[in-house]
Amino acid sequence: MDFTSLTFSNVSRHFGRRRALSSVSFAVHAGQVVALLGANGSGKSTLLSIAATLLEASSGEVRYGEVTARGGGAGLRRAIGVLGHDLYVYPELSAAENLRFFGHLYGLDKVEHRVAAALGAAALADRGDDPVATYSRGMRQRLALERALLHEPRLLLLDEPFTGLDDPSSLALRGRLAHLRERGGIVLLTTHELEAIETLVDAAYVLVRGRVQPLINGAGSLRERYRQQVEA
Amino acid sequence: MTFLSTATLVARKDLLVEARSREVIYTSLLFAISCMLVFAFGLVKDGRVIADAAGAILWITIAFAGTLALSRIFDRERQNETLRALLLAPTPRAAIYVGKFAGVLGLLLLVEGIVVPLVVLMFDAQLFRHTGWMLGLLLAGSAGYAAVGTLFAAMLARSRSRGALLPVLLYPITVPVIIGGVRGTAALLQPEADLVLARAWLMMLIAFDAVFITLSLWTFEPAMTE
Repeated sequence: MDFTSLTFSNVSRHFGRRRALSSVSFAVHAGQVVALLGANGSGKSTLLSIAATLLEASSGEVRYGEVTARGGGAGLRRAIGVLGHDLYVYPELSAAENLRFFGHLYGLDKVEHRVAAALGAAALADRGDDPVATYSRGMRQRLALERALLHEPRLLLLDEPFTGLDDPSSLALRGRLAHLRERGGIVLLTTHELEAIETLVDAAYVLVRGRVQPLINGAGSLRERYRQQVEA
Repeated sequence: MTFLSTATLVARKDLLVEARSREVIYTSLLFAISCMLVFAFGLVKDGRVIADAAGAILWITIAFAGTLALSRIFDRERQNETLRALLLAPTPRAAIYVGKFAGVLGLLLLVEGIVVPLVVLMFDAQLFRHTGWMLGLLLAGSAGYAAVGTLFAAMLARSRSRGALLPVLLYPITVPVIIGGVRGTAALLQPEADLVLARAWLMMLIAFDAVFITLSLWTFEPAMTE
């Protein structure tokens, strides 16, 4: 299945008596990179987990085009790529083995070709057979991103994708995301490194204690506007 | 990707990860051997084992070592949230369950491959007098234990108190497996093996397996959606 928009309509989520998200509504369309900003514990990762179909909203609805998570099933999951705060890779296996495993799990064709291309894109071609446990955080992060992109998803959900990346890797990631946008991808990301996404994002939303607001427009950098909005 | 090929892929991955780290197999074996040594000191008097004790020792050791293996296998999936990555895959989630179940069962049988000969040596138990029946009991009992254990361990993977909760939930449900294994083994260890009784216990274990594997296949997907 395919879709060209991701829409949150009055999405709320409770964990027991704690309210993590409260009536969140906004939409992201194909060809957009959208940032979710907010302090730790503001509900960003919860919202990404709901968008990834890993968590159900307590109330409200998430639509992928016309389809809901429950209605989309496995076909919908095929169109979603997730880079979590934890990296979703097996440290005992090599980078190539990890990519091969997920390639087969997603039922992809030309797995070996895709694995070689992904290792190249992650600049890990010469370390592809080493166990992931021996990699630095930045190398793992690059591998995890390629794992999330291996099946060419329409929707890419990234939780702190710049963590541990050095300047060249950060630049490469920005280039990768810009390329995805040009190809009609839908990218929703959370980050605290606002300078890294300054020229990349088409829209930004701020989550404060589970409530979402569009980032204020106006002069100033993303960080200045974010601070202005949070402190107001 | 078919249901069976997904399950095979997941099971093969678990066994490959274990082959690299050998963590589960070493810890489970060490625990199983320690367990048996304690039993040997407690239940062997004047070089003779208390009647029917060998079967009980074998199955209690398998249950304890199995719990340790289950905890560790799912701790591994939790540490890097790889269980979430599995659940995100466009495959039936029940196939993920079957793959994990097959991986757990494979490791449990591997541990039994060492524990059973040790019971034979340490307690002079004639476990291989009726090899086919004994293998049937071990396979059916381990499958039942792994079926329930895989479901509970997966459900508890993200719980903070999973270490305490897993045995609390697992042991009461798997009591029929342990009883079936112990009584079936005792029937085989009698001077004149009671094959009719052994078969009855084996059938009970197979019925338990059928019920709990079916229930686990039904409940895995809703149980894993938070």
